[in-house]
Amino acid sequence: MTREEILAKVVEIVRPFAKNKDALETAGPETNILEDLKVNSARLVDVILEFEDEFDIEVEDEDADSVNTIGDAVDLIEAKIG
Amino acid sequence: MSEAIGIRLSPAEVLDLLPQQEPFRFVDEILSVDEDSISARYTFRPEADFYRGHFPGNPVTPGVILLESIAQVGVVALGIYLLALEGGRAEVARRVALFADAEVEFSGVVRPGTEVIISAQKVFYRRGKLRSEAEMRLADGSIVCAATISGMGVEL
Repeated sequence: MTREEILAKVVEIVRPFAKNKDALETAGPETNILEDLKVNSARLVDVILEFEDEFDIEVEDEDADSVNTIGDAVDLIEAKIG
Repeated sequence: MSEAIGIRLSPAEVLDLLPQQEPFRFVDEILSVDEDSISARYTFRPEADFYRGHFPGNPVTPGVILLESIAQVGVVALGIYLLALEGGRAEVARRVALFADAEVEFSGVVRPGTEVIISAQKVFYRRGKLRSEAEMRLADGSIVCAATISGMGVEL
């Protein structure tokens, strides 16, 4: 899977939780999930669980803590799926 | 550090630690609790103030109150049990469970004085967030409210 494909999937996973739908349309690696997309911090757990299901990976809590931007999520997933 | 040792609370101990009190406690007794599930009962008080307005002369328990009862059991009480299992009473004391999200469906009317049974199954407990699938039933077994509810244990 390419980085672009992972990024597209990450954006789709985040989409239902994003309150700023406009920012979603231009979302890229630098987009901050909480601040730019206005995702409720309590929803980050939901997002991480969706990553696990979609990409068939396990994300430790410490790894999840490092995810602030869409790019962080792509890096994490890319590393996990090898 | 003895405070950090997890303990298995009894149903009565969980109820005792539930922070919600009258007139906003909607749990009378916790019937059973373990790391995956919980069940409890509650009888809606005919004298509750909200019945005066919901609705005058035709009292019906508001759906939000049914949901609150389910949340107090399926998120707060079960969350207290899980927190104690991790870090004992000290961990429970440090946190307050706040409602995070819910998907809910109502399928019956609950009149004042009705006893209900609330049961909940843990969906996940990760990073301080607990999600449960829960339902409230009448004595005849019919479901009046089913919900998927989540809460976060936060330090306030």
